Amino acid sequence: MKLPFRVQLTRRTEEIPKWLPLATSVGAVVAAFIISGIVLLSIGGDPLRVFGFFFRASFGSWGAFSDIIVKATPLILIGLGCSLAFRMNMINIGAEGQFYMGAFFASLVVLVPLVPMDSPRVLVLSLMGVMGILGGAVYGFIPGFLKAKFNVNEVITTLMLNYVAVFWNNYWIFGKYSDAGFQMTPTFEKVAWLPRLADLAKQYPVFSGITLHLGVVFGLVAAVIIWLILKYSRWGYEINLIGDNPKAAEYAGINIARNMILVMMVSGALAGLAGMSEITGVVHRLQERISTNYGFSGVIVAWLAKLNPFVVILVSILFGALIVAGREIQPSGLSFMIQGTILFLVISSDVLLRYRISIVKRQEEIA
Amino acid sequence: MSSIGQENNFSVEMEDIVLRFPGVLANDHVNFTLKRGEIHALLGENGAGKSTLMNVLSGLYRPESGTIKINGKTIIFNSPKDAIASGIGMVHQHFMLVPTLTVTENILLGLDEPKFIMNLPKYNSKIGELQEKYGLKVDPTAKIWQLSVGEQQRVEILKMLYRGVDILILDEPTAVLAPQEIEDLMETMSALVAQGKSIIFISHKLNEVQQVADRLTVLRKGKVTAEGIPVEGLTRTQLAELMVGREVIFRIEKHHKEPGEVVLKVSNLSAENSRGLPAVKDVSFTIREGEILGIAGVAGNGQSELVEAITGLRPCTGSICINGQEVANQSPRAGMKCGMAHIPEDRTGVGTAPNISITGNAIMKNYRQEPISNGWRINYPAADEHASGLKDLYDIQAPSVNTQARKLSGGNLQKLILAREISCDPKLIVAMQPTRGLDVGAIESIQNLLLEQRSNGAAILLLSEELEELFELSDRIAVIYEGELVGQLDADQADLNTVGMMMTGSLRSDE
Repeated sequence: MKLPFRVQLTRRTEEIPKWLPLATSVGAVVAAFIISGIVLLSIGGDPLRVFGFFFRASFGSWGAFSDIIVKATPLILIGLGCSLAFRMNMINIGAEGQFYMGAFFASLVVLVPLVPMDSPRVLVLSLMGVMGILGGAVYGFIPGFLKAKFNVNEVITTLMLNYVAVFWNNYWIFGKYSDAGFQMTPTFEKVAWLPRLADLAKQYPVFSGITLHLGVVFGLVAAVIIWLILKYSRWGYEINLIGDNPKAAEYAGINIARNMILVMMVSGALAGLAGMSEITGVVHRLQERISTNYGFSGVIVAWLAKLNPFVVILVSILFGALIVAGREIQPSGLSFMIQGTILFLVISSDVLLRYRISIVKRQEEIA
Repeated sequence: MSSIGQENNFSVEMEDIVLRFPGVLANDHVNFTLKRGEIHALLGENGAGKSTLMNVLSGLYRPESGTIKINGKTIIFNSPKDAIASGIGMVHQHFMLVPTLTVTENILLGLDEPKFIMNLPKYNSKIGELQEKYGLKVDPTAKIWQLSVGEQQRVEILKMLYRGVDILILDEPTAVLAPQEIEDLMETMSALVAQGKSIIFISHKLNEVQQVADRLTVLRKGKVTAEGIPVEGLTRTQLAELMVGREVIFRIEKHHKEPGEVVLKVSNLSAENSRGLPAVKDVSFTIREGEILGIAGVAGNGQSELVEAITGLRPCTGSICINGQEVANQSPRAGMKCGMAHIPEDRTGVGTAPNISITGNAIMKNYRQEPISNGWRINYPAADEHASGLKDLYDIQAPSVNTQARKLSGGNLQKLILAREISCDPKLIVAMQPTRGLDVGAIESIQNLLLEQRSNGAAILLLSEELEELFELSDRIAVIYEGELVGQLDADQADLNTVGMMMTGSLRSDE
């Protein structure tokens, strides 16, 4: 049987309006919630109540909102790093490992210790920041170098190196730096804690219990820097050129091998900084599972944000909300379902940007 | 004989076709008819709307208004599949074949047969019969990557014939072919028409149109300027005038110029191709200021590798000196710093970045220098100004400098590349196939730009498969055959015959 009408895709030949990508992305998120609502209905839930609860659990109070930002912080940093690499067509899915390496290197400042623990807080934290960046950068250098010199597929190397980093981390926290045999180090001295809003609770009682820490500022500053690089710098131009046509870039005299290594190092450095921010701002020690798959969510964040640094912040907050609300809701898989539906719909909404969709009645065609 | 009233004489009638792209009326009330059993040439400059019109006919685009009749019946196509079902097939300029599959496999690709078991021998012989009928020789069991460009084109034609197509659209089929292959294609076209097929032949090359076409339609800026007029009796000048809309002077004004100092000195240059086989063998030559050295040769005799070695894109042995500075085996930047400009063979794959704006493409060579760059930053207002300066000066047709390069037509893209390279004030220009696939108007302006650079004292290395072009532009002509320079002649002493024999390897003159 044939339907009386047919859906037709026509390739868009005209320039797409500037608001359209935003509209389709927002539309996709809304559609994802509608689909999730239908699923909820089918299992006997009340979607409106669930979503209401969802919203209150994530945006309902300053405390909850601060939790979201805390969850979003590593996603912002990792999402930015991935965006930069993806712009050059370097598929860095090793942010998870770079995150662990950043955390490990930063911890060394306290664990070795590299400076006496009665040094000023600014010194300790700056050094930890530098070490975190260094750890991530070194760990990004390896796949970058292998790709540039021997054309080894970076997808494979970055993915495999993730496991290495996790086990490397485990080795130290189970062994030398273990706290009385537990798989974690002792809690860091207070000088190695990033300042939190809660620290100001004495002067401003409103901040009591607010866990928001300085790491989010790293994320915001990094977003501005990456945006400046991509939009205005020579390096940003080179990255975009290599990403669009590496042969043309080579022809223009750009050293592609060097840029591959450099972009992987910067991408790794941002993930490493995220690791440092997480252990100094949230857990205050090095331990197992410091990342709840931030490295992989960051990849998704970058794609959903269409590699735009500022959109990375917004998408990270949305993901942070899903993580926070997901803790409060049973069955706990619900937030993953919504996350997956959003991802699926946002990525497929690209079709709307490339094609014009119209419905054709069959009668017209026969003529 | 008038054919009024005999409607079914036409296999295609397109009436009043309108299609708009942003900022351009690509087809402005276009009429086009194709008679059964004829070769109908479709002419026009780059961006005149020829490809658009044929994309409408082959179901890729839907016109905003207008009707299409196939064998007298009005039809609306929703996809290329519908068009093929109505007997219309297009052979695109860029082949759509899978390199690792055999000829037969490529022909069967996308069909509903075979249903389950790949009985290749059966299909091989079926395709063999088809070849026999139309004289399209190519081994059905060969893999595509083993075939020459001309053979690959035959596979594309076979693909359409196997689908039972009666109307063939050939989009600039000769642009990629060597002279002998062009002859073969012309014969094939005549054979197809003799068997009752109809052919629409899109071309820029006026001599080919005169040789093979029965009627022609000319498009200019989206409008028809000549509709279905017989080719016989038209002169080349008339044809060119119809296309460009003004008189085209075929003779180029080349002033005598005494060459100056040696700019490029290549000695004992050898290089391998991508498969590791020797492609350039012990090549030596020099070019002086204000001199054009043309290199003639059949495609695939080492020209690409020679150019890539000189421009620093391919490792090599031997020496390449630009104004005394050794640049062999260094980065492309080394040559650029010595004032080398490069007009690459592959406009879209090497010469430009498709999704980047005209501005982004225009500054590819000078984005490191003042005033485009100040320190780490690119001064985009200055870059835009530079790009729109080039756009106006070289008459690059585009809505704005923010337009992506992939939206430009071939001629405009080439003008953009040339504008960019010349704006760096080069001492040496390496140009490979600078006019390939362009219309007469664009060819004329590109050739004049090169001659202007010659008058300004630039040394020019010109590689072209168009012998006529080489003879007109060059001061000296060298012939490359299997990676070796088999002769160097002064252009005014060289004759087509000698060069032609050298190109095929049957003559060499070691001075």
